[in-house]
Amino acid sequence: MKEYSFYPGCSSQKGASAENYMRSTNSISKELGFKLNDIPDWNCCSASIGYAGGGELPRLVLSARNLALSEQAHPKQDVVATCAACWLATREAKERLEHDKSLFAEANIALKEAGLQLKNDQGKNIRHMVEVLIEDFGYEEIKKHVKKPLEGIKIAGYVGCQTNRPFGIAGESFENPMYLDKLTETLGADPVKNYDKKVSCCGGALAFSEPEKSQALIKDIIGAAYDGGADMIVTPCPVCQMNVEVYQDQINQKYGTKFKIPVVYYSTLMSVAFGQSAKEAALDGQVIPAKQLEQIAAK
Amino acid sequence: MSEQYRNNFLREVEKNVEEGEWVKMCMQCGVCSGSCPLGPHWEHPPQEIFMMIRANKREEVLTSSSMWMCTSCYNCMARCPRGLPITHIMHGLAHYAKRIGIAPKEQPTAKFAQKFWDNLAKKGRVNELKLGLALYFMNGFSEGVKTSLKMKDIGLGMLKTKRMNPLEILGGHGVKDQSGFQKMLQKATELESARVGKEQGK
Ligand code: SF4
Ligand code: SF4
Repeated sequence: MKEYSFYPGCSSQKGASAENYMRSTNSISKELGFKLNDIPDWNCCSASIGYAGGGELPRLVLSARNLALSEQAHPKQDVVATCAACWLATREAKERLEHDKSLFAEANIALKEAGLQLKNDQGKNIRHMVEVLIEDFGYEEIKKHVKKPLEGIKIAGYVGCQTNRPFGIAGESFENPMYLDKLTETLGADPVKNYDKKVSCCGGALAFSEPEKSQALIKDIIGAAYDGGADMIVTPCPVCQMNVEVYQDQINQKYGTKFKIPVVYYSTLMSVAFGQSAKEAALDGQVIPAKQLEQIAAK
Repeated sequence: MSEQYRNNFLREVEKNVEEGEWVKMCMQCGVCSGSCPLGPHWEHPPQEIFMMIRANKREEVLTSSSMWMCTSCYNCMARCPRGLPITHIMHGLAHYAKRIGIAPKEQPTAKFAQKFWDNLAKKGRVNELKLGLALYFMNGFSEGVKTSLKMKDIGLGMLKTKRMNPLEILGGHGVKDQSGFQKMLQKATELESARVGKEQGK
């Protein structure tokens, strides 16, 4: 069985905003047969917004601690994250520490205070869950597990920013990555072609601090999905998922739109298509219920 | 500002700002500014910031609210023909302005970003509930009540779907090795201050 050193991140914890992402991911791992070993006592990566209080080194040290713990507990296993920001912060930290010897030395001085050491020499890759699914399993393999194809559902694949830039998924372009569409198709659903807000920004963390400006961006993301005839939106990122799902009422009030479109994780789609229960697919985590998926899960 | 950077803001940025040594590579093509999702709201979009750094407009750059409107979308970075790590430079400039105490005080993201850091630094993991409350109340109590009411339905939606836990207010998630975590962060902060302090010639 394939095993990975797993970095869940703050939003995946019990009672946190992406708990449903975690639950559906655990379900598909059972079906596909891989094991996620939590990095023991992991800490927050400070995402992309920690920079006001945290300088370069303190922020790097956060990821360095996670990596050191991973080296200790799961030598040689790749580090895998489901959250786009976790993946990005961890991968950036690893690369920065590889390239900058003085930062690497200072990071280790700080880590020593916690009784840890980062070697950064195990050849670990820092990967997003989507990479694992596509590269270690592949569409063909995934297709073999589909028991209830998601027939007749039209889905806009909203890739967003941080699973796409600056690293992205190997073989995909920044401007028009196809992996969500391919995955949707693999599961038997119908991807929206030419979804023109596919890689647009939802405002990220600024949805909290600049709600009006961010909601204007979100409005266009949802509007374009409706224009493409979508029944629902699928995303690989907890920030995208939350931003695009939960502000629809406020956007409707402000702009007079009538948005009510479910926004689901790819892991929820997969879980339903794999024939797992509504609970396993975490359909009860939808603030806007995904009724078509509920029906398929109940069949 | 120390004497050594008089009339040389570019050098100051190169020495003290995360990835600042890249600034001189900018060829002013403007692709970054055209790629920025909140660009229309930026007083000075990235390309202009880079030009202003070279033109020695220290105050105008560091007191600007512009960099605080970066959503970390990495659009600019993916497209820059010169390969500048623009996102990181924006974060670095914002952090440096804050560090030396001239960042705009009332900028909402500047406040939020600080609260995010304080929240995670406290226990090693983010407490979304406390962060949310701190955010809604960051402009004072009566504003906070208004924002909370406005956000009430969102909170209820998250609560119903078990994506928010009211008990987090009592403590909630954190790393087990509190003492090690705090010592590590403290040391990193000291080393960072020594580094920037040294560069500033203090
Ligand atoms: S895209 Fe790059 S080279 Fe062009 S203006 Fe922006 S930073 Fe300069
Ligand atoms: S990463 Fe920041 S500066 Fe670059 S385009 Fe996005 S918002 Fe603008």
